[in-house]
Amino acid sequence: MIDLATPLGDEVLSLRAGDRVTLSGTIYTARDEAHLRMIAEGIPFDPKGAAVYHCGPVVQGDRLVVAGPTTSARMNALTGFLIDAGVRALIGKGGMGREVVEQLRGRAVYLALTGGCAALAAARMNLKGVYFEDLGMAEAVWVIEADHLPLTVGIDSHGGDIFEAVREKAKTQFYQRFNIK
Amino acid sequence: MMVNPADSTLSDALANATERALAEAEIRLPPDVLAALRRAAAAERNEIAQQEFANILENIALAEERQVPICQDTGVPVVYLTLPPDVPFSPLLFEGIREGVRRATVSIPLRPNVVDPLTRENTGDNTGVGMPAVHVTPGDRLTVTVLPKGAGSENTSRIGMLLPSQAAEIPRFIAETMLLAGGRPCPPVFLGVGIGGTFDTAAALAKEALLLPLDTMDDYERELCDAVNALGIGPMGLGGDTTALAVKVKRADCHTASLPVAVNVQCWACRRATVEVER
Repeated sequence: MIDLATPLGDEVLSLRAGDRVTLSGTIYTARDEAHLRMIAEGIPFDPKGAAVYHCGPVVQGDRLVVAGPTTSARMNALTGFLIDAGVRALIGKGGMGREVVEQLRGRAVYLALTGGCAALAAARMNLKGVYFEDLGMAEAVWVIEADHLPLTVGIDSHGGDIFEAVREKAKTQFYQRFNIK
Repeated sequence: MMVNPADSTLSDALANATERALAEAEIRLPPDVLAALRRAAAAERNEIAQQEFANILENIALAEERQVPICQDTGVPVVYLTLPPDVPFSPLLFEGIREGVRRATVSIPLRPNVVDPLTRENTGDNTGVGMPAVHVTPGDRLTVTVLPKGAGSENTSRIGMLLPSQAAEIPRFIAETMLLAGGRPCPPVFLGVGIGGTFDTAAALAKEALLLPLDTMDDYERELCDAVNALGIGPMGLGGDTTALAVKVKRADCHTASLPVAVNVQCWACRRATVEVER
């Protein structure tokens, strides 16, 4: 188990797909609408060494009720500018597309948090602030202080992609089992 | 419309029952779902998958301890109502359920997930045109069953209009659904399968199959489940022995020229609860 803390630096480059890590420090939530807004208006936080969390939490007042990861692949086409701006880690579930694997190369990593584990995530988080609140609860950029989030390196900075490896294996199994040439 | 006081009391009782069922479903998983998860966790050999199961089980315990929803995608409520003979089928039933959803959105709380399909404008209270979906069947008692459905898994669901000669192709269609879905629906999943009926019935049956006990399977269901698990997708698409915790099938007779097959994909958090209406 490797303990990481934001702002992240070159230490993420030595991680390999399949490694177990924990992440502490400030992270920022962003889903589809937040990405579109950031592309149009700029990134409201310092992106250098930052971690962006694909998450639409349940917030009540200033309390983070639950905050599990959302499907990252929805943001495949919207992610490049974040990596270019210095974001070092993306956090989400389900993995990301080929273009993102290439964008991460030599620069950043994708960290997988167990989908649905929203109570677990919130138990290790405190709400610190918000940007783009007008986008609504699920789509706003929430500023969160994380304490040892338990994560798996899904995509490393060398092109290693555990999701793709599993997918390829699944395809082979499928073709064999159903005699598809 | 003239409102009989007895009717509005019934509507309010239905609102209370709906709110209670949603709170129960969102915070605590049913025993059959927990049993299936615990069994798969104990049998898992893949190291990453073992950790994913550990996170899932810890999350379930924390949701209960903190009295918060299991997942931040609190879903959209799908409601099954059983109606005894003495309760008239009336719009007040639907209004009571809608009111229960509104109350639950604030009291649990739930994430407001319901939007206009084209403008994407959020209604703010998890109700809307045609939402929640309410399915009514006759019964001995007045009960409300809720099945809050998250989008991650719902989005990977599929329907196929197979040829009548393709019954043997059903396992392939089911496995293909998960091959296409990969880690997106938050596996390990439960698969509700509807076979037969018409285009629309097959989809309804697939969802109703998720209301069946999920810790038992007959031989056919096991065959379908094995075909999915052979893919090795594992928890969250990170690889592992268990991709599907269970497959449940519901059937209806169909047109001699048809074979509709629907798969409703359900993430590991198969949230559901039934509450009898106190009236």
